[in-house]
Amino acid sequence: MSFEKVEHEMHQRRAGRNFGVLGVLIGVVAIVFGLTVVKVLQLGDITQMERFDHVARPQIVPEEEQ
Amino acid sequence: MTDASLNEGLPHEAGFGDYVALLKPRVMSLVVFTAFVGLLVAPVNVHPFIGLVAILCIAVGAGASGALNMWWDADIDAVMRRTAKRPIPAGKVQPEEALALGLALSGFSVVLLWLATNWFAAALLAFTIFFYAVVYSMWLKRSTPQNIVIGGAAGAFPPMIGWAVATGGVSIESVLMFALIFMWTPPHFWALALFMKSDYDDAGVPMLTVTHGRKATRAHVLVYTAFLVPVAVGIAFTSIGGWVYGAVAVVANLWFLRGAWQIWRRDEAVSEADGYAVEKRVFKISLLYLFAHFGALLIEAVLRAGGLT
Repeated sequence: MSFEKVEHEMHQRRAGRNFGVLGVLIGVVAIVFGLTVVKVLQLGDITQMERFDHVARPQIVPEEEQ
Repeated sequence: MTDASLNEGLPHEAGFGDYVALLKPRVMSLVVFTAFVGLLVAPVNVHPFIGLVAILCIAVGAGASGALNMWWDADIDAVMRRTAKRPIPAGKVQPEEALALGLALSGFSVVLLWLATNWFAAALLAFTIFFYAVVYSMWLKRSTPQNIVIGGAAGAFPPMIGWAVATGGVSIESVLMFALIFMWTPPHFWALALFMKSDYDDAGVPMLTVTHGRKATRAHVLVYTAFLVPVAVGIAFTSIGGWVYGAVAVVANLWFLRGAWQIWRRDEAVSEADGYAVEKRVFKISLLYLFAHFGALLIEAVLRAGGLT
């Protein structure tokens, strides 16, 4: 049994479209990632994010409870 | 079964460029430019990356409405010389594909704009897509000669969306930017309709040239241009205007008004004799007119940012 890749004419025909879709997908990932970074950096108080990481953070526990 | 037999009976397979063509890239460039100006002249600073994503969303939203328009208008696009080579009438893309792409990109652009900026800007973008695809394409375009007047609102929203991205609301400045494109669209398209007459006639689209005659269309170009002038010059006296914009507006409006006057004074015999030279020139002037106004607003914003005004 051979696993040699069969190069079909269809692969060449659709190459442009497939690479186009690849570019769009990479672009979407980059946009969502970039937006996430910008939005997080725009938060003045980083402890707002720490509340959501499910890890105990002594610095965000109100003083009277310590 | 041979390789050749695999392709038998298949329709033409669309390339990536055919799908891009569905989004009307040339219209998109005007949308991007005016939305960018609306965003930049607003008194609130936006993070450059968020601004970039917002402009991209507005452009994709405009493209989506273009794809929906091509899906709906495929029958008349096939008749008109100017549009016969569009992907659907040319047989490169199936109508269902255009519909799916239009709907998917509409949802994507509105949701992403909401997440990236604010709900008001996203709602304005959703309304713009609805207005162009449903109100203009499906309803007005084939039913009234005022199609261009009311449908032109869809093209007028981008600077308002850009402003809303920054401020989260509406103000007199963004309404005037909207009004500038809204009032500019009828004389711009009617100048085009005057020298592309056979196309609209053949497609049965009730353009003013068909329903009210060419003489009435010439009068409409002049009247709408006259109503456009105070809107365009009025922006000079708002917070986004200034001396540079005012000077550009006065010169550009005199130029456009003179062209509209010339169109009104001509009759068909004279126009046909010189191949509609004046109408074609005024159409080009109208493009420069809009670019000059928004370019001047951009210059004013740069001057303000540099503390020079």
